[in-house]
Amino acid sequence: MSQILAVAGKEFHDGLRNRWLISITIIFAILSIGLTYFGAAASGAVGVTSLSTTVASLASLAVFLIPLIALLLSYDSFVGEQESGTLLLLLTYPISKTQLLIGKFIGQGGIIALATVLGFGSSALILYVQINDVEVLRLFGTFISSAVLLGLSFTAIAYLISLSASEKSKAAGFALIIWFLFALVFDLALLALLVGVEQGVSQQGLTQIMMFSPSDIFRLVNLAGLDSSDVNGALAIAIKSSLSQGQLFSVLLAWVVIPLVGANFIFKKKTL
Amino acid sequence: MTKSPLVSLSNVGKLYPRLTALNSIDMQLNKGEVLGLFGHNGAGKTTMMKLILGVISPSHGEVNVMGVAPDTKEAWHMREKVGYLPENVSFYEHLTGLEVLTYFAKLKGFSRQESKKHAIALLEQVGVAHAMKRPVKTYSKGMRQRLGLAQAFIGHPKLLLLDEPTVGLDPIATADFYQTVDQLKSQGTSVILCSHVLPGVEQHIDRAMILSSGNMLAMGTLAELRREANLPIKIKPHGLNGALRQDSHLAKYLLNEESIDILTVPDKDKLTTLRQLLAYESISDIDVEKANLEQVYQYYLSQHKDGDQTGNTVKETLS
Repeated sequence: MSQILAVAGKEFHDGLRNRWLISITIIFAILSIGLTYFGAAASGAVGVTSLSTTVASLASLAVFLIPLIALLLSYDSFVGEQESGTLLLLLTYPISKTQLLIGKFIGQGGIIALATVLGFGSSALILYVQINDVEVLRLFGTFISSAVLLGLSFTAIAYLISLSASEKSKAAGFALIIWFLFALVFDLALLALLVGVEQGVSQQGLTQIMMFSPSDIFRLVNLAGLDSSDVNGALAIAIKSSLSQGQLFSVLLAWVVIPLVGANFIFKKKTL
Repeated sequence: MTKSPLVSLSNVGKLYPRLTALNSIDMQLNKGEVLGLFGHNGAGKTTMMKLILGVISPSHGEVNVMGVAPDTKEAWHMREKVGYLPENVSFYEHLTGLEVLTYFAKLKGFSRQESKKHAIALLEQVGVAHAMKRPVKTYSKGMRQRLGLAQAFIGHPKLLLLDEPTVGLDPIATADFYQTVDQLKSQGTSVILCSHVLPGVEQHIDRAMILSSGNMLAMGTLAELRREANLPIKIKPHGLNGALRQDSHLAKYLLNEESIDILTVPDKDKLTTLRQLLAYESISDIDVEKANLEQVYQYYLSQHKDGDQTGNTVKETLS
């Protein structure tokens, strides 16, 4: 256990030292405060806009940013140490591969989780002070906790990449492709499916397909509770589906656990 | 317990799909013994170390370190007592030397405070204490190597595996390093060290193993290896001014016709030759040079190469 904490502590300190924590927090804070105040600027009004519009815009922005940041933070976690030779050295220490993986996950996941909480939490606090409505805390609570899970999910996916790649540069390229797939291609394909195949996909079927992308689950979680006037596209259909928030959160959690278990499996098989 | 060897390999081999990294190795290492592992790049030295460390599992045969197979879960506590210096390791560049060492000490099971204290003591021992607050990226090659050594010494290991420990070290640091090895040995630590740099190693190792493309060519004490190789001794008398060429007993040992009085004498004829030389009135000095480790190493390698070539011819005829 102390070994796991030692690894987690080192990774967390690395995140502090490399200014990851501070930069992610600032990015999230500026974006969320900006969207909160100027989200409606296009329609001519400046100031705190409707709560659901704010959360909807934040969610559609976070769904691109969080995966990218998580992948950037963690893609070289293993392949980098493999290249410098420290991974081999670590494995001769009394620490198992699983402990090393969990330690890194706690450390790097901690960075992304803390940055999400601080960054988005700041705008939640400002909104709460301005509007003085408990609804703010409820909506932002859902948003922030699902954003944390989204970040952790992509951290775990980054480990899968980092453990499969043979070189750091390949891992970087692969991470970019994975991000592109989940952020854009998956939704485009979904849209094509909806438009192209008439009567092909039921509402139920569409929701089930969306479970294959953590980004879409994140969208569903956050947009389901809003007025549907702020949501459009393929999502609007899916939102009317039968899945509860609890179920969506469980699937998102599965998207953290399953890649992590997979990464552990690959790590165990890996020879150095 | 003291009787059983610290490390034993019996008929150990490691095969990769397209490569035989190691071929049926038998080896035993006792407490307080220093084994030198010699061989070209790709001879299987690192593979052997990885097998002993339990990072990889043998394809066949049995590896036993301190009573357990190193690649099993039971080897947990054995790892706390093993130190390893990998070849070409570059530590976390952005951390300071002290931070790197403290981190590794924590992983070896030291508590937070203990690990820092231990790390400082080790940095002082290897002579990098003056730079311990600086990031590793500012370190010179020698300083990095010393940091690596300090890392291997964490937790007073019973077994040390050192891959090219003296690469990048200046002569003084190398001497310091061997002094440390001697000291550890006297405390009962067993050491396996691989090296390309042969001069200087001989006085510090008890036994040597010579590997080539996964095969063990020879193993034994240096004296044993020398005897087996039966390499001649060089004797260089001074002050004879070519008188040897007339001597019927000694002329046959002369290296060649033109050479100035250098005799290459088989080990068994050493004393007789020396007596004959001493009979000369004009002799002022005699240098006697035994075959050094490098020559012994070359001898075994060349033996193997001859074997290889016959093997190849057989293969060619067959195909």
